[in-house]
Parts: sequence; structure tokens; C-alpha cells
Amino acid sequence: MTLSTASNFAKPDDAFRAVVEAHRGLSDEASADLDAALVLILANHIGDIAVLHEAIALAKRRMVDASQQQQQQQ
Amino acid sequence: MAPSKTQFGYRRHPDQDRVATNAAEHPVVVVGAGPVGLSLAIDLAQRGQSVVLLDDADRIGEGSRAICFSKRSLEYWDRLGVGQRMVDKGVVWSVGKIFHGDSKLYQFNLLPEQGHKRPAFINLQQFYAEAYLVDRVEQLPAIDLRWRNKVVGLEARNDHVALTIDTPDGPYRLHAGFVIACDGARSSLRQMVGAEFTGQVFEDQFLIADVRMTAEFPTERWFWFDPPFHAGRSALLHKQPDDIWRIDLQLSRFADPAVEKQPENVRPRIARMLGHDKFDFEWISLYKFQCRRMDRFIHGRVIFAGDAAHQVSPFGARGANSGLEDAENLAWKLDRVLRKASPQALLDSYHIERSAAADENIRESTRSTDFMAPNSHQEARLRKAVLSLAKETEFGKRMINAGRLSTPSVYETPLSTADDEAWRGGPRPGASLPDAPIAAASGEAMYLTEAFIKSGTRFTLLEFGNGAAADTPEGVATVRIGGEGGFADSEGLAGVRYDAEPGTAYLLRPDGYVAARFRHPTRPALDAALARAAGQN
Repeated sequence: MTLSTASNFAKPDDAFRAVVEAHRGLSDEASADLDAALVLILANHIGDIAVLHEAIALAKRRMVDASQQQQQQQ
Repeated sequence: MAPSKTQFGYRRHPDQDRVATNAAEHPVVVVGAGPVGLSLAIDLAQRGQSVVLLDDADRIGEGSRAICFSKRSLEYWDRLGVGQRMVDKGVVWSVGKIFHGDSKLYQFNLLPEQGHKRPAFINLQQFYAEAYLVDRVEQLPAIDLRWRNKVVGLEARNDHVALTIDTPDGPYRLHAGFVIACDGARSSLRQMVGAEFTGQVFEDQFLIADVRMTAEFPTERWFWFDPPFHAGRSALLHKQPDDIWRIDLQLSRFADPAVEKQPENVRPRIARMLGHDKFDFEWISLYKFQCRRMDRFIHGRVIFAGDAAHQVSPFGARGANSGLEDAENLAWKLDRVLRKASPQALLDSYHIERSAAADENIRESTRSTDFMAPNSHQEARLRKAVLSLAKETEFGKRMINAGRLSTPSVYETPLSTADDEAWRGGPRPGASLPDAPIAAASGEAMYLTEAFIKSGTRFTLLEFGNGAAADTPEGVATVRIGGEGGFADSEGLAGVRYDAEPGTAYLLRPDGYVAARFRHPTRPALDAALARAAGQN
């Protein structure tokens, strides 16, 4: 299996909204707790270590890109 | 049997009367009479080698230190003739429980199936293990155990190692074909060969207390995260023989060791844990973890084993047990090299196999330590998520890491012959032999591990009967299950555990690891697998 980056939800806005609403009204600390649990639940559901590594790499690449952009702007 | 001695006398040896230019020569000198050095010396002696065993002290160390000895270690000690004594004295256990706060999160059984001679683990104070091993050494005239002999100099020569040894009578010289350094985490021989010992030091401090009390706790390993009696940290409770209990408490990174170690400071903590203070201290120790290993376990004719070569955190019982696996891995190879039955290059496989095992042990114990003592807020947050998910999900329970207990490594090794046929199960090449109940031709019930010992603990073909016996190379013993004159697979478990069909055969190494396996062995295939496993190609 490889990480699927095609759009998998029939209604992507519903999925995004579900996550947003889960965080509504939470402090940053509580939000971070929620995310930690959510990541582990979803990782286990995927159940494929190669896919998990790919997902981590993709997420981290966003952060590298963002920090490079920031540096360029400075 | 009478209680074992723990105090031994220095005795002058005739080697000490020789002038330095005419030093005595010995094929093997083992340095360090701890569990690893003693076991290695016994193994070599049982294989017919003469061994000089040196120790700088003259008594067995105090304190329980290592307490958990694995199934694999017990099976090794069975081969050395001391397994039963260890089990008779030890506390047998296989169940662990994990608590969070005051509620139980998870329970595991390390050996949930029947049909094994040895349990998953016993708990036994290291000093008992050492004392029983010394008793066994004293039955073997081929071992010359010299107390208060401290190696203070080491010179590597092409064909031997020249040692300078200090004694109460002053120093003497000795030449060794091979020196096996089993002299512990602070190995002075490691410094003498100039080897690095690099790795990770963990900042968290842990307090070990062995307390004497009569208690009704079951013989299980109990581990707490954030218990009511030790808020915010972890704790471990484990039973040892003689009404001794091992208690391990995580302390703050900033705790002052000298203060924390005082019995008057330890006592209230433990009283809170036990709910009473009717206990006495046997031993208190404060420590930090280190996880590190040598780059190379072999430095010419000086070979390192046990804590001298690698060090792990204690959660997982991977210290002493991995040292004993080093000993069983090295003994048969060194014996073959000394008998010139194999080239010296066979020893390279000791480094390949055991350094990979050390990496695995370090990885596992580092993960456990990081789970117990998270390094950042986010790591703590992830741990909190796991602990809370564990209350209602199976996957959460399985992610809790309170120590992954020692199991034998599976070796990726040049000594193995890769599978050529289809297998649905059974130990693959590089794995250790699983035990199973069998019956002798006389009907006597026994175990496969016992049959392996009876066959001489050497290269052995384990074959499942299919007409006439397979044509085996010279010097290879046979354990046959089924067929005329063979052992009976009395409960059908041997067949299952080895994925056996009529004719299935496993070539076992002298340390009980699988070298090769065949559905229908042919003589040329066995010859080739044997040569490879003996390092002859």
C-alpha cells in the first residue's frame, strides 16, 4: 500500500468541518491532546507502517516548505 | 544442597612463580566471574576446553542487581547443568499487569501456551545465579578460577595476548590464545584496547529498593504509570525468592542521589506504595540509564561479551539475558576455532549476530525508557493519549510500553542457509529452537530441549521421520521424531511448532539456533548448509 493523496471523501468539506468542530471551544492544550489521540486512532486504523511513514514525511515536508518560505520572505 | 559460598579465597597459582620471559600459556582466559563469564567458562569446559577464569574480587557481589532470567537463559543453563537449580530457587512468572493511577489497564502473559520445559521467566537474585554457577565451575577441573586476579596490562601479539595480572602476591604475566572480556559495564579491558563505548545517557533517575516483607501480592510483574502513591511518575513491583520484593521508583531528573538514597527518605515512599511500613531494606540503589555499545565486539584476540560490550536500561530484562546469549553464541564458535575445526573467521559471525542483537535490545529498551520518561511536552501528550485510549481500546493497550521483555533475537547471518521451499510456520533460519513435549521410545515424557542436550549440544539434525533416517554428515547428531526408534510427538505440538511434514528436517547449530531447514534433506544440501554454518566457506 502507498499513501493515498487522491480526494477520498465524497464531501471533503464535511471531513474538514468535523475536525474543525472537534476543536471548537478547546484551549490550545486541550486541542493538542485531542490531536494526539486522533493521530494514534487513525494511525492504528490505517495499520500500515509504510503508509504511516509516508504520511509523516508528507506532513513534515509542509513544515520544511513553510519555514523556507518564511526565510525567503525575511 | 548446602547453601552456596559467596566468599572465596585467593590462592597462589604456580603460574605466578614463572619469570615474565617464560609466562604460562593458556588457550582461553575469561576475565570476569559474573553470570556471563561463569556461563561461558562452563560452556567451553563442557566442550573440552581448558579455561582460566579471572576475577578481581574474591566474593560474589551484593545486592540483587539482575533479577529476571528469561526462558532462553534457563534453557542455556539447562545445557550447562544448572537450570533446574535456578528454577527450583527462583520465582516463576509469566503474567504482567499495567496500572494507570489506581485502575488496571492491561494484562499480558509472556508464555500463554503449554508444552515448554521452562517458564517465560524466573526472578532470582543475581548472587544466587552466580553462586550456583560457581558451584558448577568447581565440578569442572578444566576451569581454573582465580579470585583476586586483576588484569592490569594487555598487549596484543600476532598469535596471543600478553596479560599482566595483579594479585595480593604482586603481578605476574600470562599468555592467552584468546581473551574473553566479561568484566562488566565499566570494563577495564575495553579501555585497554582503546575502544569507544558510545550511546545515550538518560537523565531520569530511578531508585531500586529490594525490601523484605511477607505479602500476598501475586507473582506477577506490576507496573504503574502515575500511581496514587507516587504521583506523576512510574513504579514497578516484582517478587524475588526469600520474601524479597523489587521496587523500582522513577525519580525526578533533579533529585539529589545522596539524599534520595537515605533509608529515612526511601521508607515513606515505599510505605505509601505498600500501605504499611512492615518491611526491611535489603538493598537500595539509585541509577541512571545508559544505552550504548562497542562498535566492534572483537578486537583481534580480545573478544567482548555481556555488559562490557553493550549496556541497556533495565526495563525489559535485556542486560544479563543478552549477556548469556552472547556466551552461548560465542562458546561453540570459539571451541571450533580452538580445535581448528573452523577457521578463525567463524568468530566474525559472533560480532555480526550479537551486535545486531545489542542494537535490537538498545532500540527496545530506549523506546521503553522514552515512554516512561517522555522527553518533551508532545511526547508526554502522546503517552497520555495512549494511556487514556488503553482504557477502551485493544490497540491502546498494546501501545503501552512498560518494558518489552527479552526474547531471543532472530539472526540475519552468513551462517544461515536461506529457505528454498515453502514454509507456513516453524522457526526460520537464524531463529532459536522452540521447545515441545515429546516422548522417548521407552514412553518417558520429556522435552525437545532435553533431547537436544542428550544429543550432545552440537550440530544436530532434527528430523521428522519418513522411512529410513536421513543421510547426515559425520559429526552431526540426530534427533528423530516419529518413525521407528524415534521420539514420539506425544501431543502433536512438535509437528505444529516446526511446521513438520514427513521428512522435514532442521539443521540446528550447537547453540540451538536453526542453520537451515529442508522438506526433504539431501546429503549434498546438508553438507553445504553445515559448511556454511561452521564458517567453512
